[in-house]
This record gives sequence, structure tokens and C-alpha cells, in this order.
Amino acid sequence: MIRAYEIDPKFKYELQKIPGGEKILKCFQCGTCTSDCPVARFSDSYRPRTLLHMAHLGLKDRVLSSDTLWLCAACFKCTDRCPQDVEVADVIRVLRNLAAEKGYIPQVFKDQARTLVETGCAFRIPDLRIKKRESQGLPPLPKGNPKSVKRTLKDVKFFEHLQKSAGENLNGRQ
Amino acid sequence: MADSKWLIFLGCSVPYRVSSYEISSRKVLAKLGVELVEMPEFSCCGLPFDPVSHETMLILAARNLALAERQGLNILTLCPGCAGALRKVNRMLKADKTLQQEINSHLKEAGLEFKGTSETKHLLQFLKEDVGVEKIKASVTRPLTTLKVAEHNGCHILRPKEYAGYDDPEDPQTLKILIEATGATCLDYFDETECCGAPCVGVNDKVALQLARDKLNHLKMVDTQALITICPSCHVMYDTNQLRIEKAFGETYGIPVLHYPQLLGLAMGMSAEELAFGELRVNPQKITQQIKPLT
Repeated sequence: MIRAYEIDPKFKYELQKIPGGEKILKCFQCGTCTSDCPVARFSDSYRPRTLLHMAHLGLKDRVLSSDTLWLCAACFKCTDRCPQDVEVADVIRVLRNLAAEKGYIPQVFKDQARTLVETGCAFRIPDLRIKKRESQGLPPLPKGNPKSVKRTLKDVKFFEHLQKSAGENLNGRQ
Repeated sequence: MADSKWLIFLGCSVPYRVSSYEISSRKVLAKLGVELVEMPEFSCCGLPFDPVSHETMLILAARNLALAERQGLNILTLCPGCAGALRKVNRMLKADKTLQQEINSHLKEAGLEFKGTSETKHLLQFLKEDVGVEKIKASVTRPLTTLKVAEHNGCHILRPKEYAGYDDPEDPQTLKILIEATGATCLDYFDETECCGAPCVGVNDKVALQLARDKLNHLKMVDTQALITICPSCHVMYDTNQLRIEKAFGETYGIPVLHYPQLLGLAMGMSAEELAFGELRVNPQKITQQIKPLT
């Protein structure tokens, strides 16, 4: 059931102004995205058309707090096949970015963000792997520069939010 | 072009857990006369952060591009995700000067500037466009004529078409042509361009494994001797996770999963050992037992 007080009628216009969300109003709910979505075949809840419909209706809080939002595999089939040229995967990315600003961030992304500011990479490459390279005939792994990475990210909202939500800063726990 | 220098951008996934891909790629590229230059201070390409922060993705990609520009070289990647992110951001920033200025204001904090002078290619595109199929065919000393294999391109090498754009995302040909250049037969199968499921790992592992299982089922139907991949994440889904999928769903596959440069390396006369077949999880015996020593 949808209640009138849940609806933010301006939400779709807000999305339209964010890069990637420009074409959301062109969606006419044909369902090509859902029928071609590999994830929708195996998930009971993930339906790109439904997410776009919710966004259209203005069910802002409901769509942003939805767990299913995070199931998109970013395979871009929906984007390539949309007969209306809606960049469906990008609209979903815009919704996820807004959800993240509200603090809805799956743990896997929090872990990767921490690894990023500590190492410069999204995954922590084990020392064993780094040492093994020589015996495998590989050149040494080029040294990262996490300090430089951190400097470029210091004014990024996402990291400010992470910091607030976890009592953490870019240098790790406070 | 094949004798020019390229910066090798390893990204995070390849050094993290798919060393066989790096080892075989380097061997094959050296044989083709490609000189690789290491890329100091590279970071994550940015793609994994796009879902939570598009801005972070733009900054990280632009930072890597700026590093390449400083060395005056183009980038070669082994991961289609990295290539996709770097290519997309390069084009976005070149087309939108306001966005470029905004991203450069972040890079300035680290003494860097994006100018848009370095291009990025994934290994597959590089082999097709810069080395060329004829040169690859000429490098084959042991045609793999008895092998029947199937290909898996993965998503980011093909889509979104607007940015990937050098192959047909509905009926991709490049990898097939490169496989056939080794003398092997490349089989067609159902839903070839479907996603491996890797991006769902950590969010919903069940869906991720179901996606990978679906493809393994389709591959089993055509009786392929191996699956050939060109993406570290896809490789992890089909090779590293194959046993897990077999156990979880009560299936039996035993389908070896090779990186394309491993296949090409065999055709070039290299040994399975040299090409790090020992690092594969699924026993590649079905393939290696067919490889005759060169006489």
C-alpha cells in the first residue's frame, strides 16, 4: 500500500538533475530492463522496472532504504536495451549514491573504502602474494601511494558520511 | 604499434588473486614484442566505488589517468572493469570542461592534473587493434586444432556500448576470432553474454553463485573442454568458485577455466607450467593432456 504522506512528488525532478538520472522521465515502464536483467532471474525482489517506478512515484524513503537496490550487478544490459534510451543502470547508481548519503551502505563497500584509504586499492593484497611474485617471475608490485589517494578524496562527501556514521576518519578509527 | 611501450595497469583484482592471468599475459605480450612499463603509485581504478560515490569513481580514475599522462604513455589493462572505468572517465572529462575542472581541483591536492592525453585499452582490444590477428596467427607454432572451447567475454568489455563500443554487445566476435587464431574451435552456447554474478558477491552470494551456475550449466550442454575468460572477476566466479557451486547445488562440471593468454601461450609453444596452469583451481588436465611437446 502506498500512503500519500510517503510521496515526494519532486523526487523525480531531483533525480533528473543528477548526472546519470537525466532521462528518468522517459521511462514508460515497458519492462525490458526487468525481463533482460540477469539478477531478476534469480532474485525474488530485485526488479529494475519497479525501482524506476518507485522513483517516479516519489517513494523516496522506501526506494533509498531498500536492500534490493544493492543487487544491481552493473552489467548494463538494461541500459543497452532500453527502447527509450534511459540509462537504467545509471539511474540505479544515482539512487544508490543518494542512499549512501543517507547512510544506507552495505558493509562490503565500507570495507573497501577503508582498504582504499589505507592501501590505495579496493582489496588488501596479502604480503604472501607480494612475496610470491618474485618466485613466479613477476616484477615487484609497484608501490602504492595511499597518502596521495587520500588527499584527492578529502573533500568527497561519501567519506565525510562514512566518517560520521562510524566515528571514523580517513586515517582509520579515531 | 605493437613495438611501442604501454603502461601496465594491474588494478586490484589481478594482483589480489589471479596471478596466473598476469603471468600468462606478460609472457604472451613479451613474445609479441610488446614492451610493458610498470605503473608506480597506481590505485584502484574507481569502479568498485561507483555504486556508493560516483564522485570517488571519477577522482580515482582521473588520478590514474593523470599518472599515465605524466609518464607520457597509454594504459593497457588486464581487467575489463578497469579499462571501462578509465575509458569512460577519460571521455567524460574531455567532453565536459566544468567537470574536468571540478575533478582537477581534487587532484591538485596531490599535485596532479588530468589533461586527457592518455588512452586506455583492455588486453583484448589491444590484441585485436594494435597487435592484429594476423600477427597473432603468425606467432602460433603449435595450433590447438584438437581443442573445443567456449568463450565468456563478461559485461564490462562489452557494455555500456556507448563507452565500450568496439565489439557488438549482443553478438561479440573479438574473443572468438582470437580463440580461433590459436587453431582451437570456439563453440556457441546459450546466453553467451550473460553476467558472471561477481558484482553481487558480498551483497547476495546466493544470487551471485546462481548466475555463475547458470552459465556452467549452459557450457556443460555443449560439452566444452574449457571456458576462456578475459576478466579476473569472471575467472574467480567460474574457476575459484566452481567447486563451491558444485557442492552448493549438487552439480558436477569439471570445466577448466583458462585466461585467454594461457590458451594463446600454449599455441605459441609455451608449456602449461610456464603459463601458470598450476594456479588454476579446476584441474586443467582435459586441456594439457592434449598438448603435444614441440618436436
